[in-house]
Amino acid sequence: MIARPVRALSSLVAVLLAAACTNSFEIPIETPIRPKMDVAAFQRVLVAGFIAGGTEDVDGNLETTRLLRSQLRTKSQLRVIDSDVLPLVDVASEGRDSGGAATTPPPIKEEKDLEAYEHVFANVEYWKKIGEEYQQPLIVTGTVMFTPLQRNSIVQREQEVYDSFGRRRVVPVRTYMERKGFSLDGRFIFIDGRSGATLHSESFGEQILYNANQTTPALSSYFELMDRLIPTFLSTLSSQKIKGTRILLQ
Amino acid sequence: MRTAAVPAVVLLAALAAVPLQADARSDAKKQVEFGIAVAQRGLWREAIYRWERAAQIDPSYAPAHNNLAIAYEHEGDLAKARTAYERALELEPNNALIKQNYELFREINDRTTRQSAQ
Repeated sequence: MIARPVRALSSLVAVLLAAACTNSFEIPIETPIRPKMDVAAFQRVLVAGFIAGGTEDVDGNLETTRLLRSQLRTKSQLRVIDSDVLPLVDVASEGRDSGGAATTPPPIKEEKDLEAYEHVFANVEYWKKIGEEYQQPLIVTGTVMFTPLQRNSIVQREQEVYDSFGRRRVVPVRTYMERKGFSLDGRFIFIDGRSGATLHSESFGEQILYNANQTTPALSSYFELMDRLIPTFLSTLSSQKIKGTRILLQ
Repeated sequence: MRTAAVPAVVLLAALAAVPLQADARSDAKKQVEFGIAVAQRGLWREAIYRWERAAQIDPSYAPAHNNLAIAYEHEGDLAKARTAYERALELEPNNALIKQNYELFREINDRTTRQSAQ
């Protein structure tokens, strides 16, 4: 149980000793990370909408579209197109109905329910039409599954104890706990508005768990999870710099 | 007579190599020092030139490879940075400072590799 802190401490001591014995200089560096996609051909970006499912407490389509648009507005060179969010579930359902009768699309509760709608991303003609409508931008779409989680697991927490002299100590205690939270999984798909073809797609998955007695609104959990995904999303379109320090040796 | 001369020649050659090696190390050190001074002023290209020279002069001088790795990292050339860190660690596997630099580098490198594999 204490092996980890001891290891961390001993490695810190080793580093300090090494630093004392050698001529070393700490220097700040910024590592540039190149974007995964070349978006030089586009001036505009359209976050079209998402096929979303999971909990009904959060509208994954609307919230994801809104959040990505606001992030792109401040953190990318592309001009963000303001438009109504596309109801992609309906679009995908329309394409599938052959009898012409209006049917309500089945709810998306689990990941496997998405399969029935995913064909819409490969519909080149549809995306080309959307591209023409908005002057051939880069189109961002995909899937978002925001689902509740429940896990029972052993967690480590700190507990106050008092010894026979009445002295207070904090010790780590492992307990079996029921935990609740959410998972956010899906895929960002980048489509060329000129041809309707998919340029790049990227899967994501994040989880957050809280103590069962803690009440956290679904929407704030959603934003907490999206916060973790945003850097990855942005690094697809624009270059990022990671700040850090290193030790130069003499 | 001839057989006795062979070890003597080898010994002489080894003795002659020691000052040569020491010269190489001191020249490499000078380049490394200059590289550090310019890197601290933000002149990373010049620093790379100096540390590359140092690594050429004395390929067994670990600080030159460590510093080069940092400079390559700063320039975004992660493949070259990895090679240089690995060379530095090959030369000084127990150097805690090189190990620490390499761990921090790997964190970034692994993240970018994972992202592009997705």
